[in-house]
Amino acid sequence: MFSGEQIGTLLSSHGITHVVTVPDSTIGQWEQGIERVGIKVVRVCREGEAWTVAGGLHFGGATPLVMIQCTGLFESGDALRNMIHDWRLPIYGMIGYRSYLNQDNLPGDTCLVFTEPILAAWKLDVFFVKRADQLAELSQHMRACRDDARAGVALIAEGRA
Amino acid sequence: MRLEEALAPVRAERRDQDVVVTTMAPAKVWMDMGPAHPRDLVYVPSAMSHATSVGLGLALAQPDRRVIVCNGDGSMLMNLGSLVTIVAQAPANLVVIICDNGVYEVTGSQPVPARVDFVGIARGAGFTATHHFTTAAEWSSNAAVVLARRGPVLVVLDVAVDATRPAPKSPGPANARAQAFRTAMTTSRT
Repeated sequence: MFSGEQIGTLLSSHGITHVVTVPDSTIGQWEQGIERVGIKVVRVCREGEAWTVAGGLHFGGATPLVMIQCTGLFESGDALRNMIHDWRLPIYGMIGYRSYLNQDNLPGDTCLVFTEPILAAWKLDVFFVKRADQLAELSQHMRACRDDARAGVALIAEGRA
Repeated sequence: MRLEEALAPVRAERRDQDVVVTTMAPAKVWMDMGPAHPRDLVYVPSAMSHATSVGLGLALAQPDRRVIVCNGDGSMLMNLGSLVTIVAQAPANLVVIICDNGVYEVTGSQPVPARVDFVGIARGAGFTATHHFTTAAEWSSNAAVVLARRGPVLVVLDVAVDATRPAPKSPGPANARAQAFRTAMTTSRT
């Protein structure tokens, strides 16, 4: 949907200093474009780490962003709860929505069943990106979250180039 | 050694610009040992096991400050991958201390699934600065040198169980503490 250059430029324009990530086949393709604009990519071993490494970065004055797949969202709930709801840190996340655009590889993928209800359960402000022409709207959502000092998530539909 | 004896050298060697992250039983003892420093992060409430990850983020954000994480063995077992992440990022300013008593003390001292060689695990993950102390005297006499080593540093301290110790309580509303801590991190450089 987006190139690494587009995402790197977007994140740079919002002052993102670090992207804390576990890749998938879509968001993983963005890493080089993100690094090319000078943003540090911090690769973690599991997605729960991503929220708390990002929390430490925020405490230290940096502006991190978490970039994981929805399966990693499922894995990382307690860390997300702690950082975003207990400590109320304004961390923004980009969540890859596996199989949303194409179920050829995983027919009946239950990510389609659970991703949106779980995001709702975690009371996250979600902007759903389904098309490549939504980049400007995504940028507006990031800005609104930053201006209000609150957490937010972009749910990125995956499954088609 | 008692947990108080494990943490006393950290208090003694802690420099004003250092950051100290404590969680679980070490958080309780740290709070009981004296007044809070603005750059103490008593990580309560926590996502159990994530003190090392928070510490890594702090160390990456502020590479000129030494960050000391005082963790428990149960928490460390739950986030062993963070040791790999730490080595990959190679923060020279990060020290991880594991207070190893073999139990989940804050929930009633149930045993952890197994006792492990944390130094061996850390070395396998790529840590080169590792230490294991079994007595308070040994740790106390070496703490200054160990804590001053180029990181990432991993220290394992054998500590005794205190089944009577209460679980740590949050010293205040987390959101207000988060804001105060971030302010101390970003505006009080000394």
